[in-house]
Amino acid sequence: MLRACLRGANATARKNYRRIPLTSLQQCRHYTAGESSSASKVVVAGLLTVSGGIGGTVLYAKWDHKFRAAVEKNVPYSDWLLGLALGPAAQDPGLPIKKRVELAQPPSMIEKQAKKEGAEGPVKDSSPAPSQPAQSLEEASAEATHIISAIGEVPSVPAPCDTEAAAVKECNECHEHKEATAVHPAPTEPMKERPVEEVAARLAQQEQEEQDISASVSASLEDSLASSAKATLQAIGAQEAALQAIMQHTDKLKEAMEAEVLPEEKSNQWKDLEAALADRTTALNDARAALSKANESLDSLRSVIDESKGLKISSVRPLVLAAEENLHNMVVDLDKMVMKVQSAESEAKIVSQYSELVNEAKRQFQREVSSLTPEIQANWKGLTGKLSTDDLNALIAHAHRRIDQLNRELAEQKVREKIHIDAALEQQKLEDQKALDNAVNTALQHVKEDARLDQERKLAELREVMEAEMRTQLRRQAAAHTDHVQDVLKVQEHELKAEAEQVLSSKMLEQETRYRQLTQEQLDNFTLDMNTAYARLKGVEEAIDSHVVAEDEARKAHQLWLSVEALSYSLKTAEADVPTVPLENAAQAVRDSCRDNDFALALASALPEKSLQRGVYSEASLRARFNSLRSLARRVALIDESRNSLYQYFLSYLQAALLFEKSQEAPPSQLSSEDLDPFKLLSYASYCLEHGDLELAAKLVNQLRGEARRVVEDWLIEARLTLETRQVVNLLSAYANAVGLGTTQAP
Amino acid sequence: MFSMSEKELGKKWDRCLADGAIKLGTGLGLGIVFSVLFFKRHTWPISLGSGAGLGMAYANCQNNLRSHYMLHRGDKVGLSMEKID
Repeated sequence: MLRACLRGANATARKNYRRIPLTSLQQCRHYTAGESSSASKVVVAGLLTVSGGIGGTVLYAKWDHKFRAAVEKNVPYSDWLLGLALGPAAQDPGLPIKKRVELAQPPSMIEKQAKKEGAEGPVKDSSPAPSQPAQSLEEASAEATHIISAIGEVPSVPAPCDTEAAAVKECNECHEHKEATAVHPAPTEPMKERPVEEVAARLAQQEQEEQDISASVSASLEDSLASSAKATLQAIGAQEAALQAIMQHTDKLKEAMEAEVLPEEKSNQWKDLEAALADRTTALNDARAALSKANESLDSLRSVIDESKGLKISSVRPLVLAAEENLHNMVVDLDKMVMKVQSAESEAKIVSQYSELVNEAKRQFQREVSSLTPEIQANWKGLTGKLSTDDLNALIAHAHRRIDQLNRELAEQKVREKIHIDAALEQQKLEDQKALDNAVNTALQHVKEDARLDQERKLAELREVMEAEMRTQLRRQAAAHTDHVQDVLKVQEHELKAEAEQVLSSKMLEQETRYRQLTQEQLDNFTLDMNTAYARLKGVEEAIDSHVVAEDEARKAHQLWLSVEALSYSLKTAEADVPTVPLENAAQAVRDSCRDNDFALALASALPEKSLQRGVYSEASLRARFNSLRSLARRVALIDESRNSLYQYFLSYLQAALLFEKSQEAPPSQLSSEDLDPFKLLSYASYCLEHGDLELAAKLVNQLRGEARRVVEDWLIEARLTLETRQVVNLLSAYANAVGLGTTQAP
Repeated sequence: MFSMSEKELGKKWDRCLADGAIKLGTGLGLGIVFSVLFFKRHTWPISLGSGAGLGMAYANCQNNLRSHYMLHRGDKVGLSMEKID
């Protein structure tokens, strides 16, 4: 409608163009406007409808994605439009959604885990549930980092581990060793088997040491003994001297006390007494000094003895014992002397006490006298001439009084004497007791010492006996041990021998096998080499033979090829409408040149007889012939067995006159039933012929039926002949080429 | 030697035409003769004769053209290639 309108407008425009262009335009406009009002209505309506439809489609597509996809699929360019209107397709949002889904999955999984754990322990997991995801994440991350770091560290770990382990092992071993050595230092010594010489040397060394020690000990003991003996003797002597001095002193004192001698002698006596006292004190001091010295030396001796006892060497013991006995004797003597001295001292003490008492009484008396008669001088005995009668009376009265007093005192003293004597006796008893105790103690000590010494002597004897017995036992044990060791050694020897022999035999076997293996290998290698050499030789021979053969073959192939070329050339030299020369000669030549080649012979004999006798047409002649045939075939296209009346002929001719087909049409790859129309077949065939495909043309022509077929029969035969011959010749030439190629030797 | 089957049809047509011409002429002649001699120069013998002649020629032509497709008495139908050749 629009077009018609436009055409009308154009026509009028052209008509009115020459007159007034403006008015024409206006008229056009008018002309068109009038009609365009309805047209515009139509246009507007159409546009509205279309836009409404598009808008509705867009909206619905926005709402329903499937619809959108369907629209995009079915309507071209709709995807562009919809994309423009709505944005990218619904697939894009799918990706972020998926991502979100994926992202949501781990937390959801964690939540699920948390839920599971919450389900397992609902009580406690209420609070740690929220923290657990984080914890699990952290733990997971920590684990991951650990794993990654561990993977990174793994190569380095084994080394320190090994060394550590080794070190630890070593340490353990060391510890163990140390412990073992610490715990059993002594047993480890005999456990290690040292050589005999070392043992003997050690024993000799030990003996030597013992001897040295014993010599030194004995020397020291002797020295100390001598010194102590000297000191003791000295002490004893000093003690004796002290004793003597004490005795002297006491005797003198007694004398001085008891004897009533003249005053001058008394004074001498007192002087002597004092001298004796002085001697006594000096002697006592000396004695004490000597005693201390002796004690010191005895103590040193005792210490030496103890030291030597501490050495625990058997040879020293008798010396020690003797020294101890000497020591004991010396101590005993010393103690005796000391006791004597002490007893003498006690006696002297008593005597001195008595003398003191006497002196005390005298002094008292004198004091009294002097107190009574102050004018009388100290020594009243010498004052008899100077005294007056009063003084004498007083003195006599005093003396009487004194005598009375003294008598009283004497009576008292007698009474007291008993008491005193008792007390003195008591005292004496006590002192005696003390002395007895001391004596008993010292005696006890001595006895103890004696007993101990006896015991020690007996012990020493016993020890010797035991030692001897032990030695015999040890000897016996040693003998038994040697026997046992011998037996064990024998057994071990046997075992070791057997082992060694086994090892030897196995090694020998190994060596033998290895030797055999090696020899076998060598033989194998040699045979291999020989074989390879032989094979190579054979190969070389064969190569040479094959070369010869190949050359022969090459020559033959050349001949064949030449003959085949001749044949193909003779094929080509076909003039138009005239067949080629008979191919007999060429074929014969071919046959001659391939006498022993069955394939070529077969091929050569496969040449059709007619071509041999008569020759074949060339393709060009066949083509030309076909062109003339074509019209004839067209004319009799309708004629076949059923339709072959003259009327049919007329109809066929009419059809050929009226029907037009392409002179050349490319044949399809597969002929359908409608392609079997003779006209089409002929056009296909002429196309093929024009393009040099005789075979296909012949095939197509072969599809003709009826009279057309009869008409083209001879052409078909000729074509077939030509094709056959050509095929054979092609095969032959190909074969000849192949053979030639095969026989050519690459440089 | 060089049998061209495409020429056969032409030959057949030639024969047809020749035969047709002869028969037509003969028929015509005979018709004229008979028309002149026996049928007082009526045209019907001429047309009869020519028609007969034409008809005979047509029948002959048709027969000739059909001859390949017709089985003759005494022919043995074999499936050898030599027949086609």
